[in-house]
Amino acid sequence: MTEEEKLNHFNSLIERDEKIEPKDWMPEAYRKTVLRQMTQHAHSEVIGMQPEGNWVLRAPTLRAKKILLAKIQDEGGHGLYLYSAAETLGMDRSEMIEQLHEGKAKYSHIFNYPTLNWADIGAIGWLVDGAAIVNQVSLQRTSYGPYARAMVRICKEESFHQRQGYEIMATMMNGTTAQKDMAQDAMNRWWWPSLMMFGPSDKDSWHTQESMHWKIKRASNDDLRQKFIDKTVDQAYVIGLTVPDKDLKFNETTKHWEIGDINWDEFWNVVKGNGLCNHKRISHHIQYHNEGKWVRQAVMSYSEKMNAIQTAASI
Amino acid sequence: MENNNDQLPLWEVFIQKGGSPFKHEGSIHASDKNMALQNARDIYTRRGEGRLIWVVPSDSIAATTVEEEAEFFDPADDKIYRHPTFYKMPEGAKNI
Ligand SMILES: [Fe+2]
Ligand SMILES: [Fe+2]
Repeated sequence: MTEEEKLNHFNSLIERDEKIEPKDWMPEAYRKTVLRQMTQHAHSEVIGMQPEGNWVLRAPTLRAKKILLAKIQDEGGHGLYLYSAAETLGMDRSEMIEQLHEGKAKYSHIFNYPTLNWADIGAIGWLVDGAAIVNQVSLQRTSYGPYARAMVRICKEESFHQRQGYEIMATMMNGTTAQKDMAQDAMNRWWWPSLMMFGPSDKDSWHTQESMHWKIKRASNDDLRQKFIDKTVDQAYVIGLTVPDKDLKFNETTKHWEIGDINWDEFWNVVKGNGLCNHKRISHHIQYHNEGKWVRQAVMSYSEKMNAIQTAASI
Repeated sequence: MENNNDQLPLWEVFIQKGGSPFKHEGSIHASDKNMALQNARDIYTRRGEGRLIWVVPSDSIAATTVEEEAEFFDPADDKIYRHPTFYKMPEGAKNI
């Protein structure tokens, strides 16, 4: 096949809504974009374990602690599904981790905010996982096969994450004044950053158009954000939380909630590394990665020795 | 920066459930068979997704390639008489 025929074949697969598989020919820019998005997504799952891990030892009840542990374990699993999906494009996992450590690969800006009180765990499950779900449901139809299949698996696990978070918020909103204040404080701090998780507005997003054309992304940042807002504003109302946006209003014609301006300077500042926890998140990851080195060496040398013994025995 | 290049070998994971064929679920890293099975269990079966697991070192899998696809599958493509719709059944014959 000539290069042109290959490109035509690729485009026709995309047009027919079929999946692109690892060994298929694909434009270099497609490979790069999918790989960047998958590794970024994988890193987000793994780094996202840290803000929640902060509360495992201080969870208010054994029930809460067990749930939080199971939720964090799921996030680790999500990271691993996504790393393995990314590996199908031929990049070694060591390289992905190196890129993370050197700041060449990004992860979601949301995990650079600190978890200050127990209600933050509720807010993360409800708002952060809630926003992630909206995005991930749409990505179940992404054009790269291994990515789409990882998303299907992840979406099955996510709804428990959001529900456990909302349950925490609802419980606190039923509690003492101090507990209600903590819940509202968490809401005030996590609402806007959660809305930023969908990325810049469509008019400022230079990645979106190309990604939509190749069906890597299936909905625009603003559309996904609106979906999340419409669901979440009502949920806040049900448990008595106030959405921290004085401009928030319901548009009777469109039937959508309209929000005030998002502070994109804050977003870019955190993305560029100046959030409260950027440094902590990466240095923590580097530390534990390096401290695990002797374990990786030990299990490999054990396996090599066992193989040698087995080979000797079978001769 | 410390040398990072020490990831454990890659294994492919297949899981069977409820009388269906084994299905490829993804991959994991592990140093040997036992660790591969345990990691596959922890990563792919936390919610009863299956009770039988195969793990195979990724480099032990032989696979067809896209380049040779046309030539490789060619022998099957011209044998339309392998499909039941190829045959003309007499008018009025039923349940066949
Ligand atoms: Fe996740
Ligand atoms: Fe989650």
